[in-house]
Amino acid sequence: MAEPIIAVRHLSKSFGANVVLRDIDFTVSSGDVTTVIGPSGSGKSTLLRCINLLETPTSGSVIFHDQDVTGRGVDPAAYRSKVGMVFQSFNLFSNMTVLDNCTVGQRKVLKKDAETARKNAIRYLEQVGMAPYINARPRQLSGGQKQRVAIARALAMEPEVLLFDEPTSALDPEMVGEVLSVMRDLARGGMTMIVVTHEMAFARDVSNHVVFMADGVIAEEGLPGELFQDPKNPRTREFLARFREN
Amino acid sequence: MEIFAKLGYDMTRLWSAYWVKYLGGMGSTLVLALVATLIGCVIGLACGILNTIPVARQDSAPKRFGLKLVRALVRIYVEVFRGTPMVLQAVFIYYGLPYFTNNSMRFDNIWAAAILIVSINTGAYMAESVRGGILSIDPGQTEGAKAIGMTHFQTMTSVILPQALRNIMPQIGNNFIINVKDTSVMFIIGFTEFFAFHRYITGVNNLYFPSAAIEMIGYLTMTLIASFLLRWIEKLMDGSDSYKLVQADALTMAAGTYRHPKKVEDTLERNLEQERRM
Repeated sequence: MAEPIIAVRHLSKSFGANVVLRDIDFTVSSGDVTTVIGPSGSGKSTLLRCINLLETPTSGSVIFHDQDVTGRGVDPAAYRSKVGMVFQSFNLFSNMTVLDNCTVGQRKVLKKDAETARKNAIRYLEQVGMAPYINARPRQLSGGQKQRVAIARALAMEPEVLLFDEPTSALDPEMVGEVLSVMRDLARGGMTMIVVTHEMAFARDVSNHVVFMADGVIAEEGLPGELFQDPKNPRTREFLARFREN
Repeated sequence: MEIFAKLGYDMTRLWSAYWVKYLGGMGSTLVLALVATLIGCVIGLACGILNTIPVARQDSAPKRFGLKLVRALVRIYVEVFRGTPMVLQAVFIYYGLPYFTNNSMRFDNIWAAAILIVSINTGAYMAESVRGGILSIDPGQTEGAKAIGMTHFQTMTSVILPQALRNIMPQIGNNFIINVKDTSVMFIIGFTEFFAFHRYITGVNNLYFPSAAIEMIGYLTMTLIASFLLRWIEKLMDGSDSYKLVQADALTMAAGTYRHPKKVEDTLERNLEQERRM
């Protein structure tokens, strides 16, 4: 049994009177690739943002190794530097080149020297196939290229877990493949990942744990083979049927 | 026609007699406006950072109170110094300090006093410009910075303010040009800039209108050059539209400098080498 890295315990989140997440409970162990699927508005992205503390959970906790990171006296910045995040809208720093995007965190947060940061950044940019573009600025890149740089930026921090928030949803169809293949390679390399996605094939083939969310609760979870072949919950069945039709 | 000929003649006479004073005054005006605008920008950026420190629910009560107090102080500063005329601020700071402190605090250097007054005034306007600049940046930029573990200060100085600064460059230019003109009220504390020399020169002769015409041309020349330079700076900040791909060069390999690029490390080395040569 691998060591648990992130455990979400009884997590709830509401915006005013609007309850978005209700009593969410799951565990991610080292090397796991967990995909979170479900209809739009079911709270998938909010869950991911709560794990990264971009949103403060209303109740419940997020345990990173043995520490409750939602408690008092926890420095959220230090925690976030160990948990990478890739956004739907890339969020590359538009005032920096591709290389600077991948070195700024290493230099400012991890306090690495410029040369080490640079070598490290180029290594990860090679991995996502973006090394030739180190001098480009984000506005000069296509969506798929931006997302690959964003993945390299997250990897350059050498995080223990990588969170993906619908990484391919803002991309043109022909660019989805390049990003998914980078993610597939990461999963094969043993990276621990939590992926919110609408790419059912990715969830089925790459992940080892699938969480199906509906209306702010986990409706069903399990191994991808079981969940996709033989969904127990009628909502899961309905949701997956819609994808089979397409 | 005749009247213009006479005006031109008088202006030439004035200029040849007093050009050293006019040019010296323009110099003082430009130095004061430039230094005060730069310091004002720094004040504005600092206010921007202070104003945006996030308050979380789990923060302790003293921290939350402290942050609220800081915001209130910044707000009071902005409202007071934006809401009163600079000429009165000059009077209160330059004459008021010795008056209220029984002469124990006063300015011995007129330049220090003038720079302080104009900087504080500009800072109040810049604080609001910077606030607008920060609002204009996509919140995703902040989230991207937070997600790699940056603190609020690092996020602001590395990511948000450089972009905000670019967006408010036209406003900074506005402030500089306003300062070039409005520093003329510093005569109240005896600071001799461009307009002060006009008052001095027309005091010793009665060529009031020709001197005013010289002043007009002088101010317009300064502000036009300033606008031109500001546009140029904006272009520089935007950077180049194109970029160079850093790719493996077949010739470099054939030269026998490297082994076969079978590993990622080799390709990395090659790219670094390529970069250094360019």
